[in-house]
Amino acid sequence: MSAKTLRIAGVTRTFPTQRRAAPTLALQPTDLSVAPGEFVAILGPSGCGKSTLLRIVAGLDRPTAGQVLLDGTAVAAPGPDRGMVFQSYTLFPWLTVEENIRYGLRERGLPEAQQAEIAARFIARTGLRGFEGHWPRQLSGGMQQRTALARALANDPEILLLDEPFGALDHQTRELMQELLLEIWEADRKTVLFVTHDIDEAIFLANRVLVMSARPGRIKAEVPVPLPYPRDWTMKTIPEFGTLKARLMGEIRDEVRKSLA
Amino acid sequence: MEPLKPVSPGARIALGAGFFAVFIAAWGVATYGGYVPPLFLASPGKTLLAGWSLLTEFGFLGDIAVTIWRVVGGFLIAAAVAVPLGLLMGAFKPIEAFFEPFLSFARYLPASAFIPLLILWAGVGEAQKLSVIVIGSVFQLVIMVAGVAGATRPDLVEAARTLGSGRLSILRRVVIPAAAPQIAETLRLVLGWAWTYVIVAELIGATSGIGHMIMDSQRLLDTGQMIFGIAVIGIIGLVTDLLFKAANRRLFPWAVL
Repeated sequence: MSAKTLRIAGVTRTFPTQRRAAPTLALQPTDLSVAPGEFVAILGPSGCGKSTLLRIVAGLDRPTAGQVLLDGTAVAAPGPDRGMVFQSYTLFPWLTVEENIRYGLRERGLPEAQQAEIAARFIARTGLRGFEGHWPRQLSGGMQQRTALARALANDPEILLLDEPFGALDHQTRELMQELLLEIWEADRKTVLFVTHDIDEAIFLANRVLVMSARPGRIKAEVPVPLPYPRDWTMKTIPEFGTLKARLMGEIRDEVRKSLA
Repeated sequence: MEPLKPVSPGARIALGAGFFAVFIAAWGVATYGGYVPPLFLASPGKTLLAGWSLLTEFGFLGDIAVTIWRVVGGFLIAAAVAVPLGLLMGAFKPIEAFFEPFLSFARYLPASAFIPLLILWAGVGEAQKLSVIVIGSVFQLVIMVAGVAGATRPDLVEAARTLGSGRLSILRRVVIPAAAPQIAETLRLVLGWAWTYVIVAELIGATSGIGHMIMDSQRLLDTGQMIFGIAVIGIIGLVTDLLFKAANRRLFPWAVL
């Protein structure tokens, strides 16, 4: 199993604005350390810079100051060691489900047989058996995101970066996807950074929840989730879950109110 | 009839054939009814007879073959230049910035205006005919392909990067396949324009081809032959269009065209 520590050191992001106005500060200097195998949820109101932070870790965006370190090595560009699932559907429409999952394996030049074997394993784990030859446009939103998850996992990344991956799904599908993700994480214990604005989702999945403030974003609270794994849906009904939820709701409400003011 | 409500495939074919029938009927009424003198417009029957004699006595099939060869040749040269250049322009913005202003200027140059110059440079042979078609289609094609390639979804490019794709791999595995159906559609469109240019090229300084036959018929005031020649172009256009569409559906089953 991979075991690299992610460190975010003083990462700041400002966006230049038009016509010489002062640049917008999206992300205040942020520090964060994520141990191997941790499941960290980043919770915040929309526009708080949580996606920006994740994109910087992915290497899709550059910090204005500070750096992201993976076991001490600075991250400068995207790479297959940090798999990502986006909120929008980003399967390649011209590839079938299986070909999508094999995309990164082909990129690495793995032998055909090994590609097929790895793809088959993740097709089975994400419940996509029987859909290997389907085009993305023939799949429901939930199936597409499962494929996207399998595609990221097939690369065997050090860290899984999930940017509201279930945000566009309906409530029931969303809950099933959360359970599927948990099942995979409980088996592999890969480091996960999960961005969401859904409090239940954050508590249900993560062992640590970071609450971000309204823009300019900063980590304003850190809430450990001491609920034991393996978790299932009944977890959402126990009193400890409710206590955590009440606390996080309090934190978030202030921020939402600020962002509306 | 409801706004935007689709029509069944059978009804679509019947309606499409229906207008052809209306068109030919109107033509027949105008000519057989004596409303238009035969000197100006041949009747449908006369046109068919003229076409038959063209095909059997005057070797018109050879003219058709020559014209098709010119269209396809010129079009392939234009595509061979335009598609790679357009893809590079769409994918890499400095390349686009380098070529785009010139192309925007060049695409307004009417291909027919080049004919006197091209005759001076290349004579009245095949090179001149092909040049007219290339000049007429290549600039438009580059700009359209660049537009299609440039419209590649950025989130797909980002996904490819997080999966380990580098620059060239993104071009090869994301930009090209994403743009392919639209590029094929663009080629279909531009092939239609190539037909206009070939006829223009053949009206001046040609000894063969459909356009040349039409010019010859004008001297004899044979409107039947002229109309038949024009109709042949229309039929070839319709057939290539259908072939192109069928090929695109087979090549890109994943796309909803």
